Amino acid sequence: MSLDYRRYLDETALPLMWCPGCGDGTILKALLEAFASLGLERERVVVVTGIGCWGKADDYIRTNAIHGTHGRALAVATGVKAYRPDLTVVALMGDGDCATIGGNHFIHAARRNIGITAVVSNNLNYGMTGGQFSGTTPAGSKTSTSPYGHAEDGFDLCRLADAAGANFVARTTAYHYRQMVRLIKEALLEPGFAMVEVASPCPTYYGRLNRQGSAREMWRSLKDRARSVGEEGGEARTGVAPGQRPDEEPRSKPADVIVTGVLVRRTRPDFAARYSDVCRRAMKEGGGEAQLDAR
Amino acid sequence: MAQTETKAGRFTARGPKGRPAGRVALTGNEAVALAMRQIEPDVVAAYPITPQTDIVQYFSSFVADGRVATEFVTVESEHSAMSATVGAAAAGARAMTATSANGLALMWEVLYIAAGSRLPIVMPVVNRALSAPINIHCDHSDAMGARDSAWIQLWSEDAQEAYDNVIQAVRIAEHPDVHLPVMVCLDGFIISHALMNLEVLPDEVVKDFVGSYRPDSSLLDPERPITVGPLDLYDFYFEHKRQQAEAMRAAAPVIREVAEDYETVSGRRYGDFDAYRLEDAHTAVVVLGSAAGTARFVVDELRRDGRRVGLLKPRVFRPFPGLELADALAGLDAVAVLDRSDSFSTMGGPLFAETRAALYQRAVGRANRKDSGPSSGSGPGNGRPLPITVNFIYGLGGRDIDPGDMRAVFSRLARVVETGDTGDVVNYLGVRE
Ligand SMILES: Cc1ncc(C[n+]2csc(CCOP(=O)(O)OP(=O)(O)O)c2C)c(N)n1
Ligand code: SF4
Repeated sequence: MSLDYRRYLDETALPLMWCPGCGDGTILKALLEAFASLGLERERVVVVTGIGCWGKADDYIRTNAIHGTHGRALAVATGVKAYRPDLTVVALMGDGDCATIGGNHFIHAARRNIGITAVVSNNLNYGMTGGQFSGTTPAGSKTSTSPYGHAEDGFDLCRLADAAGANFVARTTAYHYRQMVRLIKEALLEPGFAMVEVASPCPTYYGRLNRQGSAREMWRSLKDRARSVGEEGGEARTGVAPGQRPDEEPRSKPADVIVTGVLVRRTRPDFAARYSDVCRRAMKEGGGEAQLDAR
Repeated sequence: MAQTETKAGRFTARGPKGRPAGRVALTGNEAVALAMRQIEPDVVAAYPITPQTDIVQYFSSFVADGRVATEFVTVESEHSAMSATVGAAAAGARAMTATSANGLALMWEVLYIAAGSRLPIVMPVVNRALSAPINIHCDHSDAMGARDSAWIQLWSEDAQEAYDNVIQAVRIAEHPDVHLPVMVCLDGFIISHALMNLEVLPDEVVKDFVGSYRPDSSLLDPERPITVGPLDLYDFYFEHKRQQAEAMRAAAPVIREVAEDYETVSGRRYGDFDAYRLEDAHTAVVVLGSAAGTARFVVDELRRDGRRVGLLKPRVFRPFPGLELADALAGLDAVAVLDRSDSFSTMGGPLFAETRAALYQRAVGRANRKDSGPSSGSGPGNGRPLPITVNFIYGLGGRDIDPGDMRAVFSRLARVVETGDTGDVVNYLGVRE
């Protein structure tokens, strides 16, 4: 079996549609590299996307894929996983998909602890439709729908996933390629719900409107602001999002520190295990197949 | 937002005395945003989706620049956008939103709440194909999917008509005999993003035309508290639906009245449909939206060759002006109805189904007295066989329709008339088979 990520890449679809300096190309490569290093069979992987710049990733991936609707990737992935718990099901979502129009599915997938790996490209805005604010946009940020500064706070996706009960919650940035591959690999091996949030630059909209400099400067800033959990500066602020912490005073720029690494690891049994348990009990207590037939 | 601000500068054309009015080059989305600025609704709630996004984006810059006093809220989905619009309208506000395609589909549940609660919301719909597979270009599957939701539907051929329709829509929706929401449809990209020279009205003329909105009852009237949309079972639900049907019927004359008033302020005349070179035509095309422009061009061309062809372009699709439309088509030999969406009934697209039903109803005359009115069973074409009708489904997902396609449709009609052989009734135009 080749360990080459190119096996999973549809090279006929190149070049990538993403803007120069966008984080999504790097996240794509990290995802495929994680597939490759786990030796996943393409036929046994189902990628479900939302709609957005990151949601276009399935164009380049040679596994089974469903291009879903905006916000519903996790709902669709839930159906796939419920029917085929044996497959590796991956949901690719932007922050709009995951935390805004589809936020409800996100908390319920985490609560249900269903074995889906969510890889979220969090660029703090809706890239695809022209840089409007999303559910993770920090207060004060300029976006095309908040030209004088955003009046709301953004979600911390990791805290949200944690609070809702996800088994595995991790954060990295598009800059931290090796960490990203490692975290996605771990997430793929997690039987329950796993979420990897990737802080990703959108130089075209968020970066430009917030005067974050060139794409290069945005990437450098990701490098500089990241602290791994446990590292000095990371420990005390576990959970700090690339966006705004809700308990902080509103301020006009994204949090200085991006805490990266595995933030949550639980061993709750996953949905498939618990559901088959319930089924077994129902069969035993309720008279088994005869009762199912009677329905 | 420098880019939008400079663009927004174009929204104010200065007339001779410095009064904003006159001819300006605007895209369809800019024209709609301008109409919204002039209407200055109390509340706009929105969520972005291509190709509608610009409308709301421009509007947000008017809000940010203090050019309108509208409460503007960008929510987390279209379902929420329509819900917030419903909430605002129920509270007595003049409320608007705008959407496209899957955004409209996601609103579906709340579309019915808006209409059933008789809330006069106005919503531009920038028509785009519904997923799957995903496509961002024009077809009419989005609005056609909502055709039975009791929303009035006005359709636009170009940016001018879109602008004019949005302004008229406010008066239609809020008319006490109507009180129904109105969708103003314009073709995605073809109209929304193409630049057109159009006539716009001075702000105060529009403000005067739409007037202020004073609902009979609203949530925020402490003297007369009301509940909107409570449980309504077999005791009254049916009556409420019957009233909605009656309101839709009442909308027809109101739409005409408003158009007449609008003509006095704008000089532009709008009917339920536009009958173009139809009086002495033998064959004609019926088509909604921007493709009517292509049809008009080909009709002129064929007329120069002495062919007696015409065009009928509906502007009002809900309520469907069936009998008037049937009267206009009755004298023809053959008619091709062009649909930019498929109903997948295997019986043709939605415009075709309704046009054919209207022709049939006219032919059987007194089938429904109240519906049929004075023209039923008389007038041109009475006693003659109905025109042969064929359907062409075209342009799905933004597939271009060009004059060549339109000529092919007219040639097919000529053949049908010549041979008397209809051939396939439902046809697909410009598709690989
Ligand atoms: C129901 C619905 N509403 C709106 C849209 C338009 N739309 C497409 S992508 C998108 C936002 C994408 O933002 P995000 O999920 O953050 O992904 P990004 O583009 O930033 O990667 C929107 C609003 C849609 N496709 N469907
Ligand atoms: S708009 Fe932003 S998120 Fe989309 S491809 Fe460009 S840089 Fe990436």
